[in-house]
Amino acid sequence: MSSNTDATRYCEDVVKKFVLAAIFWGVVGFLAGDFIAWQLAFPALNLDLEWTSFGRLRPVHTSAVIFAFGGNILFSTSLYVVQRTSRAELFGGRGLGNFIFWNFQALIVVAALTYVLGFTSGQEYAEPEWWIDLWLTVIWVAYLIAFAGTIMKRKEPHIYVANWFFFSMILTVAMLHLGNNLAVPAALFGGSLMKSYNVFGGVQNAMTQWWYGHNAVGFFLTAGFLAMMYYFVPKRAERPVYSYRLSIVHFWALIFLYIWAGPHHLHYTALPDWAQTLGMTFSIMLWMPSWGGMINGLMTLSGAWDKLRTDPVMRFLVTSVAFYGMSTFEGPMMSIKAVNSLSHYTDWTVGHVHSGALGWVAFVTFGSLYYLVPKLWGRKEVYSLKLVGTHFWVATIGVVLYITAMWISGIMQGLMWRAYDSMGFLQYSFIETVEAMHPYYVIRALGGLLFVLGALVMVYNFVKTIKGDVAEESLAPAASGAR
Amino acid sequence: MTLESIVEFLRSLWGLWLMVLFLGIVFYAFRPGNKTRLESYGDIPLRDEDKER
Amino acid sequence: MSIFKHHAKLETNVFFLAVGILLTVIVGGLVEVVPLFTIESTIEKVEGVRPYSPLEQAGRDIYVREGCYNCHSQMVRPFKDEVERYGHYSLAAESKYDHPFQWGSKRTGPDLARVGGKYTDDWHTRHLINPRDVVPESIMPGYRHLLRPLDTSTIQANLQTLAVVGVPYTADQIKNAKADLVEQASSDSADAAVAARYPKAKMGDFDGNPKVVSEMDALVAYLQVLGTMVDFTTVKPESIRR
Repeated sequence: MSSNTDATRYCEDVVKKFVLAAIFWGVVGFLAGDFIAWQLAFPALNLDLEWTSFGRLRPVHTSAVIFAFGGNILFSTSLYVVQRTSRAELFGGRGLGNFIFWNFQALIVVAALTYVLGFTSGQEYAEPEWWIDLWLTVIWVAYLIAFAGTIMKRKEPHIYVANWFFFSMILTVAMLHLGNNLAVPAALFGGSLMKSYNVFGGVQNAMTQWWYGHNAVGFFLTAGFLAMMYYFVPKRAERPVYSYRLSIVHFWALIFLYIWAGPHHLHYTALPDWAQTLGMTFSIMLWMPSWGGMINGLMTLSGAWDKLRTDPVMRFLVTSVAFYGMSTFEGPMMSIKAVNSLSHYTDWTVGHVHSGALGWVAFVTFGSLYYLVPKLWGRKEVYSLKLVGTHFWVATIGVVLYITAMWISGIMQGLMWRAYDSMGFLQYSFIETVEAMHPYYVIRALGGLLFVLGALVMVYNFVKTIKGDVAEESLAPAASGAR
Repeated sequence: MTLESIVEFLRSLWGLWLMVLFLGIVFYAFRPGNKTRLESYGDIPLRDEDKER
Repeated sequence: MSIFKHHAKLETNVFFLAVGILLTVIVGGLVEVVPLFTIESTIEKVEGVRPYSPLEQAGRDIYVREGCYNCHSQMVRPFKDEVERYGHYSLAAESKYDHPFQWGSKRTGPDLARVGGKYTDDWHTRHLINPRDVVPESIMPGYRHLLRPLDTSTIQANLQTLAVVGVPYTADQIKNAKADLVEQASSDSADAAVAARYPKAKMGDFDGNPKVVSEMDALVAYLQVLGTMVDFTTVKPESIRR
């Protein structure tokens, strides 16, 4: 076995930059999300300006949280983990790392501007126009080289399982991005540089879009973040993952099954029935590897459950895995056609996405960051663990408000759409169902506000940590679960 | 029975092949002979603790 | 046991791991996506679906630009309540010329797949300027800026691009794109050529301002054609059963 890290210098400068960018874009993305949540409750907030309408700002929110926040956190953690578990310095070093970093940040700004100005390819979660897609492809190839190159020069004989998850994320996202964004620019025929048409149309376009869209969830927001779970949970708990052998089965089963699940976004549409049935079948099977992974993450703590009480960072990590378990149970359930006929097109879907996005993706990120930031800046522990606890509770209440409001409004609206009166007529006009949503939209926006506030507490905590401050409570002899 | 019809028959059992492959992975992972080796990989993240900086 | 040796290789060689991952994730895509291009029954054979007229397509581009798909679906599902509320359930054939598709995933507002002909042009214009003028409880943003003139300089290139991706625009239709667009939106249009190139296209001044061809004209023209191309009184049920 390779001895240890004495001789290895890690490139952490780039990792630090990605961490700071992730925190910044996280706050921007959460704020954008909460703003559009208030727009749904109070439409005057659309300001009747073309640049601030819900239709143009929602892609800003989704892209900011998924690609800017999620993307930067995946860059930072993957480049950190791959160096550590390979005992090797980043391939391409600071030069390649900085190339990826600055291009990616510039791309985020440009993409957001184009959305606000009304340039979009009109496909959910893949809105950037063709030349931004090409630009991202270049960045992604550089990322693939940096990541795979680091694995290739590793001193550790075995490739640690977290890197398998990261690697599958990188490769599959590349495939999805290229497949779904095949478009012909109008500029080839003297048209605008900012306009293109996807080569696929109608039903075929629907299938490629949700093959992409669902696997953006499956690989970007699941495989990549599971990789974080497989590194940071063992690290923080100071014990190896519960079952390494289970992680192997988890990996292959998850990546194989996920790719099929896309058609569950198209139940009862004009997509042929055979494709819908396939999508439903695989979505239900997906429940098994998802829970296998959840068990693996949770049971890593077996024998150290007290950390859940003493260490708020651990609480973030474990709660995130619990939310992962919850939303990966809800997802297969919603993919059953009978359930989907009620839930589809309603806020239930929005609530489901956010139980995964806030409860799982963001929480596992917060937990990892609370471990990573002190580590990267050479501090023993974060400025104040007490504030980590505050962040945890504020954010958790926010998430619970959010998802319960969306469950109620979603199921209610679904039922109202299909309600008949005693005369056999549809009982509610569409606008009556919109009116009924109002209180839940307010509750949802309040939940979102709490989530933003929690994130701001985290920002304060990190500013102090990086400055090197230590909160008074941590100086006391009976300090909490700090190591 | 032509070769073509055999191929056709085998192809229709794709679910079975996938299940065989899956069980193969499970068997590989949980074979008692592999236990010590595979579980030792779980220590990889824990072995890179930095010295005090 | 040689097969297990291979997994050990997979764990220690990044190329084998990459190949393993790619093979694993490609299978699903191949089985689900590719047949949609080869199985003939995927798109029903029905009469009436034609490429959008230049004005309608310009309106569709605005629909995409404003992100209407974030709140409106264009896909009526085959349920009793949806068929009663919106009209005949949607066929794949009806969106076969839609690049990109706009089926949507959320109904914050109602489905629009069959909104064509349900409201007057005047209602649409007033509704788009300020939705609460006509539907007091609406939470839709106002789109007053659509009253500005439509940029017609790119329509020919756009139609040509769409032809490349498979929309059967004729050379004649592409050549006359701009003229056809203006003609369809003018109040006294009686141009038989436009009607011949785009059967049943709705003519006229849509936004109540005959002096300019506005973005509003284009968007309303698009909304008014949605779901109207197929005449369901003549469709035989067995021809759309899949």
